[in-house]
Amino acid sequence: MLCGMGVGFLLRKRKLVIVPVLVTVLIWLLLFFLGLDVGMNPSIMHAIQSLGLEALLLSLAGIAGSVTLAWALWRIASRKKKGGKS
Amino acid sequence: MKGSMIIVGFFVLGIVCGIYHLLPDAIQQANVSYYVLCALMFFVGVSVGSNTETLKSFKKLNPMLALLPLMTIVGTLAGCTIVTLLLPHRSLTDCLAVGSGFGYYSLSSIFITQYRGAELGMVALLANIVREVFTLLGAPLLVRWFGPLSPISVGGATTMDTTLPIITRCSGEQFVILSIFHGFLVDFSVPWLVTLFCSM
Repeated sequence: MLCGMGVGFLLRKRKLVIVPVLVTVLIWLLLFFLGLDVGMNPSIMHAIQSLGLEALLLSLAGIAGSVTLAWALWRIASRKKKGGKS
Repeated sequence: MKGSMIIVGFFVLGIVCGIYHLLPDAIQQANVSYYVLCALMFFVGVSVGSNTETLKSFKKLNPMLALLPLMTIVGTLAGCTIVTLLLPHRSLTDCLAVGSGFGYYSLSSIFITQYRGAELGMVALLANIVREVFTLLGAPLLVRWFGPLSPISVGGATTMDTTLPIITRCSGEQFVILSIFHGFLVDFSVPWLVTLFCSM
């Protein structure tokens, strides 16, 4: 990734139209492979409901934690600066 | 939203091909996905490195609000730590790795599959899709209850692209730069944090 950042910095004057397209296609390909892994593994297919529940729990907890801190930051920031614009 | 549907479509297509063994098993053993992942990281790097305009606009930010990405990361990881208590069969680092996707489901699930196997990769995919969808649907209520920063924080790594339009509409125009800055930093932290927690 750092290599890519270096290359990108060197090429910053050129139009890199192809890069977002390549990234999208590679992501499609990798998600397809993940699906392939899941589909070929019967133990995952059987556990799909409990895995979904776990996923829901984890994301809700993450959301709750980040919302709490964002709310606290907003309270502090808008108290310091009346009207609180960014 | 359309982009997300296509991505999920490819995932489902992969599942179907896997169940019915439509592709030769050799693809799995040849580790193709590892090399594709390396190529992907390279190109993500290229697009970050070539984007100097965005980097310049960050100088105008309120330094106080620039702490928001840190709040998002710490808050999410704290939440996932608590959930570990409810999931005795998962280790703390498993939960933290899933949480460190910050809504960037494509990249985080790919990394986790690579390091911890397809089962946790699947949990990461679902958990992070839920996070993005929650931001898209819940942004108006989040702003009303928890202030204009909350949808940005919930959006995690997606606030510079997929969830930027809804955040702009609900939080206000003045939060666009903060939202992009937040998405940029959190996005950047995903591969590092996920691999860190996976290797622990």
